[in-house]
Amino acid sequence: MIEFHSVTKRFPDGTIAVDDFSLVVPSHKTTVFVGTSGSGKTTLLRMINRMVDPTSGSIDIDGADIGTLEPVKLRRSIGYVMQNSGLLPHRKVVDNVATVPMLRGMPRKKAREQALALLDTVGLDRSLAERYPSQLSGGQQQRVGVARGLAVNPNILLMDEPFGAVDPIVRAELQQELLRLQRELGKTVVFVTHDIDEAFLLGDQVVILRTGGKVAQVGSPAQILANPIDDFVSTFVGAERGKRSLHVENHGNGNIVVDETGRLAGVLVASQSTAATASGSESRAGPRGPGASVQGGDSR
Amino acid sequence: MTWIWSNLDLIWDRTFDHLILSVPSIILSFVIALPFGWLAYRYRSSRAVILTTVGLLYAIPSLPLFIVLPFIVGTSIRSPLNLIIALTLYGVALMVRVVADGLGSVDRDVRQSATAVGFSGWSSFWRVELPLAGPVLLAGLRVVAVSTVSLATVGAVIGAQSLGSLFTDGFQRGIEAEIIVGIVATVLLALALDAALVLLGRLLMPWTRRSAIGVTARPAPVIREVAA
Ligand SMILES: Nc1ncnc2c1ncn2[C@@H]1O[C@H](COP(=O)(O)OP(=O)(O)OP(=O)(O)O)[C@@H](O)[C@H]1O
Ligand SMILES: [Mg+2]
Repeated sequence: MIEFHSVTKRFPDGTIAVDDFSLVVPSHKTTVFVGTSGSGKTTLLRMINRMVDPTSGSIDIDGADIGTLEPVKLRRSIGYVMQNSGLLPHRKVVDNVATVPMLRGMPRKKAREQALALLDTVGLDRSLAERYPSQLSGGQQQRVGVARGLAVNPNILLMDEPFGAVDPIVRAELQQELLRLQRELGKTVVFVTHDIDEAFLLGDQVVILRTGGKVAQVGSPAQILANPIDDFVSTFVGAERGKRSLHVENHGNGNIVVDETGRLAGVLVASQSTAATASGSESRAGPRGPGASVQGGDSR
Repeated sequence: MTWIWSNLDLIWDRTFDHLILSVPSIILSFVIALPFGWLAYRYRSSRAVILTTVGLLYAIPSLPLFIVLPFIVGTSIRSPLNLIIALTLYGVALMVRVVADGLGSVDRDVRQSATAVGFSGWSSFWRVELPLAGPVLLAGLRVVAVSTVSLATVGAVIGAQSLGSLFTDGFQRGIEAEIIVGIVATVLLALALDAALVLLGRLLMPWTRRSAIGVTARPAPVIREVAA
């Protein structure tokens, strides 16, 4: 469990990136920070592994104030995945994944063996292991990034817009892959995105931020959709524009779910037809619509 | 031509003298430039001071330096050590800026991700920043190598043996072949050291050989290696 206690971050130039932020991030769940550019998402994430220290307030991990922990040691126990993968360009894929275990003192041979197994976990072919990062596609690089984040088997995985730089189809694939991994591994994931669809798809808890690192609303995707707390939130989640209000049309063979603009959002599966009237289920229909659920199989 | 054949031993000895002067100077310049370059890169406030100071070093004329240096450090004027110190100073003057620029050229995302996964400042410098600055450092080192080899000839004027001695001697005794050999051998030595550095770079930085490919391109390493 990660707890933010009235955390404020003011940078030396006076920018207030995060303002009196308090939150409990539950263990074994995915918490998503979502907000526009400059709303302090990255700063919040980096305060968890002490790349940024708060100006005031404190952060606890499992009850221990991280301000008292040694930053390098703390970082080696937390997985970190960032946009553009952040892989070391001068190390082969397998060495990139083996890096942190080796920093922690694992023998090279063992670390490399384990790295190969992790490539399997994230759905990458082992034949890519001896390549340099620049010889991989963007999507493959992100998978290596995730493998590296998992390499020390951390309890906590921090992800900063990890799928922001790949095309929509690959992104959807990676999102599904993360959901699968999360079902298997049950990490405490803190995920940053500015894509509200991604936030609702991946998040058990979603934190909507406004500029200046202020919380606009915290809740499950269903709660936020059903009760957006103010105009800012409803605009942000698209509820206002009717983007999220779905209705059912009968097309002979089955019930089709359509959004306000007449766009196809998905197919209503018979056994879920009663639940679908609840706004929470509706919210999840969008991201799983035909456009987003294209699966590329295991070809990568 | 006959002069060459009858003086092969002499040419070889002077080449060796020249190497004794140049190689240690090149290595020392690199080693000494590292901490200063790092300081200039790391602390903005120190950057201007350090870079200007080392820039001025390069403006010192070489001959007076060769003559004055013994009085400062207490070596004999003809000692190779005297020359090595002077050549190292010039090398440092070039290299400090290169180190600062090289470290600055490392991608910010990569540096941050190294920190994020738990490299300490020290290990990040040696294992991430320095290797990734490698191509820039190598380019700088090649300039230093060539300029050191050519500067070393000046030592001949004050009597320190090098390939430069061949043309001072050739002038004095009016042996044209000796002058030409001195010049050609100096150029060849510079080229040889340059080639050695390029080779060393390839060995130490294997990733630079292949990473010229775009992100989406399917690599075909075998073909590229032949082409390269
Ligand atoms: N090192 C820094 N020095 C000064 N200001 C900073 C620094 N890092 C971030 N900021 C400022 O803090 C605010 C929040 O930045 P942050 O990177 O956390 O935003 P973000 O929500 O991650 O944005 P994005 O979606 O663009 O990544 C911004 O106004 C930014 O300019
Ligand atoms: Mg950010």
